[in-house]
Amino acid sequence: MNSNNPEIAREVPGNTAVTDVSNRTIANFSQTFAPAGEEKLSKEPILEAVNLKKDFPLRSIKLFGPAQAVHAVEDTSLALYPGKATALVGESGSGKTTVARLLGRLHEPTGGEIRFHGEPVGNNHQSLRAYRRHVQYIFQDPFSSLNPAHGVRYHLARSLRLYGYAHNAHEEREQILALLERVNLTPADHFIDKFPHQLSGGQRQRIAIARVLAVRPSVILADEPVSMLDVSIRLDVLNLLLRLKEEDDLAFLFITHDIASARYFAEETLVMYAGQMVEGGPTEEVIQHPRHPYSQLLLSAAPDPDTMGHKKATNDAFDKRTGTKAQANMGDATPSGRGEPPSLINPPGGCRFHPRCPHAMPVCRQYRPERTNLGNGHWTHCFLYSKREEVSRASST
Amino acid sequence: MRYLFRRAGFYLIALWAAVTFNFIIPRLMPGDPAEAYIAKLQTQQITRAQIDAIRAEFGVNPHVPIWKQYLDYLNGILHGNLGISTSQFPTPVGDILKQSLPWTIGLVGAALVLSFFIGTLIGILIAWKRGSWYDTAVPPLLTFLSAIPYFWMALGLVYIFGVILNWFPTDSGYDVFNVSPGWSMDFIGSVVQHAILPVITLIIGSLAGWVLIMRNMMVTTLSEDYVLMAEAKGLSERSVMFHYAARNAILPSITSFSIALGLIVSGALLTEIVYNYPGIGYSLYKGVQSDDYALVEGCFLVIALAVIFANFLFELIYVFLDPRVRHGKK
Amino acid sequence: MQVTNITNQKTASITFLGSKKDRVSSIFRAITSNPKIAFGVSVVTFFVLIAIAAPLLTPYDPNASIVKGSLPPSWAHIFGTTGLGQDIFAQIVYGARVTLMVAFVAAIGSTILQVVMGLSSAYYGGMVDEVLSLIINVFLVLPGLPLTIVLASLASASGANKNEFVIALVLLFTSWSYGARVLRAQTLSLKEREFVAAARATGESSLLIISSEILPNEVSLIASTFVGTFVYAVGAEVALEFLGLGDTSRPSWGVILYWAQNNAALIVGKWWQFVPAGICIALLCAGLTFINFGMDELSNPRLRVERPLRRHLISRKSKAVASR
Repeated sequence: MNSNNPEIAREVPGNTAVTDVSNRTIANFSQTFAPAGEEKLSKEPILEAVNLKKDFPLRSIKLFGPAQAVHAVEDTSLALYPGKATALVGESGSGKTTVARLLGRLHEPTGGEIRFHGEPVGNNHQSLRAYRRHVQYIFQDPFSSLNPAHGVRYHLARSLRLYGYAHNAHEEREQILALLERVNLTPADHFIDKFPHQLSGGQRQRIAIARVLAVRPSVILADEPVSMLDVSIRLDVLNLLLRLKEEDDLAFLFITHDIASARYFAEETLVMYAGQMVEGGPTEEVIQHPRHPYSQLLLSAAPDPDTMGHKKATNDAFDKRTGTKAQANMGDATPSGRGEPPSLINPPGGCRFHPRCPHAMPVCRQYRPERTNLGNGHWTHCFLYSKREEVSRASST
Repeated sequence: MRYLFRRAGFYLIALWAAVTFNFIIPRLMPGDPAEAYIAKLQTQQITRAQIDAIRAEFGVNPHVPIWKQYLDYLNGILHGNLGISTSQFPTPVGDILKQSLPWTIGLVGAALVLSFFIGTLIGILIAWKRGSWYDTAVPPLLTFLSAIPYFWMALGLVYIFGVILNWFPTDSGYDVFNVSPGWSMDFIGSVVQHAILPVITLIIGSLAGWVLIMRNMMVTTLSEDYVLMAEAKGLSERSVMFHYAARNAILPSITSFSIALGLIVSGALLTEIVYNYPGIGYSLYKGVQSDDYALVEGCFLVIALAVIFANFLFELIYVFLDPRVRHGKK
Repeated sequence: MQVTNITNQKTASITFLGSKKDRVSSIFRAITSNPKIAFGVSVVTFFVLIAIAAPLLTPYDPNASIVKGSLPPSWAHIFGTTGLGQDIFAQIVYGARVTLMVAFVAAIGSTILQVVMGLSSAYYGGMVDEVLSLIINVFLVLPGLPLTIVLASLASASGANKNEFVIALVLLFTSWSYGARVLRAQTLSLKEREFVAAARATGESSLLIISSEILPNEVSLIASTFVGTFVYAVGAEVALEFLGLGDTSRPSWGVILYWAQNNAALIVGKWWQFVPAGICIALLCAGLTFINFGMDELSNPRLRVERPLRRHLISRKSKAVASR
């Protein structure tokens, strides 16, 4: 499951459509990508997370003492734009699923805000319903996200009926058939009476996608939608999602731990570690030139025939680009941050990566670095790249 | 430790519920049970004191506000005052219960322990011989036996062994005509003799449960890896069976104790009635027969207390036996 | 005792999934192929039919004194007569109506209560769960039969027990807690499944999630607890009537036994007053229990699997025996 092969597309023989899509996505940067704050926005973000925080309280075994909690997400912000896919990458336990669930209103944030079309979302029943009308969620496990007691018809009909798209059995059936065709489950009337246990993993995930489409959302939060599918099917499902994105101008949040599929699918990639956002930017940029030590670690772990044996060159490139004194000393520092992600019950202070970081400085232990813009919409949260004033300001307060 | 406090708290709440329940119910009954009862008794000699006792029992005392009645009641309970029996006036209910309780405890205790051991052993053996004819024949037979209502089985046994075969005595706890209570061999012998049929009745009724529980757990446990490991080490089959498999398989049986206790108490109740065995069940029955509500409620309270206490005891034992709970697995 | 039964019989798989047609045909297959269910269902159906067809089966009125005194079984009176000269066979077949009706009503009501309590406490969690669980557990700990007796005797004091639904109510009150706890446990695990989260993400309301998403997955468990409650209700009802707490003027199986005991029938050897009623009760309860066992087997495939390890152990022993 942990696909360490970044060039998943290359494994598929004779598939030139792949490179076409990659080229197209790169070419589309200037059109669709609007980085936060730096350049003029060509579009407004449709869904935004602003400084989200989520703590899960633990049932305290102690009678006295402070209540313990799992600090799953800390100070996380992101923005989704129509027609653009954003990948959220990280290892297990990094909080990426929690972020998705917060955006999907399956949990309520402990802190921070979610904004839809710039407006904060309300808590009452009507606003929740209105929100879900626009923001839908695709689950990771097709084997458990469909109710085994109900057939395809039920699953799709519920979405249609809840939002008033179908008023009678005839309309319902028509729309269900149309949905099945759209997700390439043909012949559609063959599938309409099936039950989940009669379908394969890929078919189930398509039903899950159809269910989401039935609501006619503007934003889709996809939580590792292909991780549990056979490798040979993943590409089909990803292509389906891409097509839907194009056709309906959907905003996508694509959660994954697989860099290759992030690269294939998304224009923007965000990296999370232990509940904190550490880096983000255009996918190619982040993948080719990761700045944050954790991103470097993550990407170095994925064997890439292109850069094998050229690690030193990558680091020299860093030196040329940034050229501050701190970076000059990096030399041939191959990221060696061995270890496990920290416990989120008592996470390390400041930047949560500092225990594993080969470049940790005293200030990293105490303060979380603010966002540093690195140009081209690429940003990171790392004191290595902060302006000197910022570092000294942080260490003196 | 916290876990035990929490559980103790729960049992206290259960106790309180039983006590309060006893208080509330007679006062909730439609109509006026006190007057109805008094009217029924008019045919016999009834004294002023008895009438007052009855009224007090039903809480028909308009001069005292209800919350004060409740507090008085609680106070009474704590001092062991459960009211005066109206059918055996003027004996306090507490005295009647004090006499009946040991008989029931003996009966239930003996039956519980014996059926647990016998049933568990049979369960182990059957599981061991899985697939043989034991396995196919015995469980359905036991199921059928346990589906028979306790008292009907008791009646059947009374008939067969008592009336027809005359092997065992079928009435009361000891030979009331010839032997007097005391620590004499005669008395003890008589007690045992009179206890045989009731205990057997209870055992037959509850055996099926133990056998099946144990057997199911054994089957699951026998497929666990540590049993395979014991086998691979070369231990004898009996050693594996008892020291490895059974030791772990028995844990659910212990949790089942609390449910089993509830069932055996019910069974004991009915059994005592059939055999005229002088325990709490019999007192309860007599109370019901003679509309002696003080006695009825007193019996209920004592039974509830005993069951709650026994449950708590079982939980304590379970904590000691299961290392997972001891080390704080939530 | 509510226990499951592991056997190594090959049994058909029952499925509550699938279309209505699938379900009906799979239920039918399950009944016919599994001997336990077949036996149980036939027994229960037999008694239900008897109860319905009572007037056709006997010309006698169960309450009418036909002869003087208690006569042993004869061609005129298949099961003999009671101390008051009433035909016991008539009492049994008419009594079946009362016994079955009361137990059935109690079981249905209890099951509804179990479902509501168990499912809500598990799904809503938090404070609701704490409170409801506490209530469930308290009822669970209080001894059932003594409580039933107390309630029933108080009901008979006010004469309410003339109405058999009061007895049903009493039975309901004391039997719901066990099933509620079982259902709560099952619901707790179900609510963590992703399709519940998916239903929420689609925008379903809580009530609909409980009734349409979670409940259909618990149907086999609910059916099983219903049957178990039914068995308990029959037993407890008979016990209450035996103690004289039911309506002693209307014959039911328990009342037959009550009068038999009152007339000291066994001691004087008039076994026919006891035996028929007792056997009917035992058969009914056994039949229901077998239905439950059969359903356990069908819905839990693990109970049917023959573990290879067991064969291994058995064959070693038989090899050892053979080599002697």
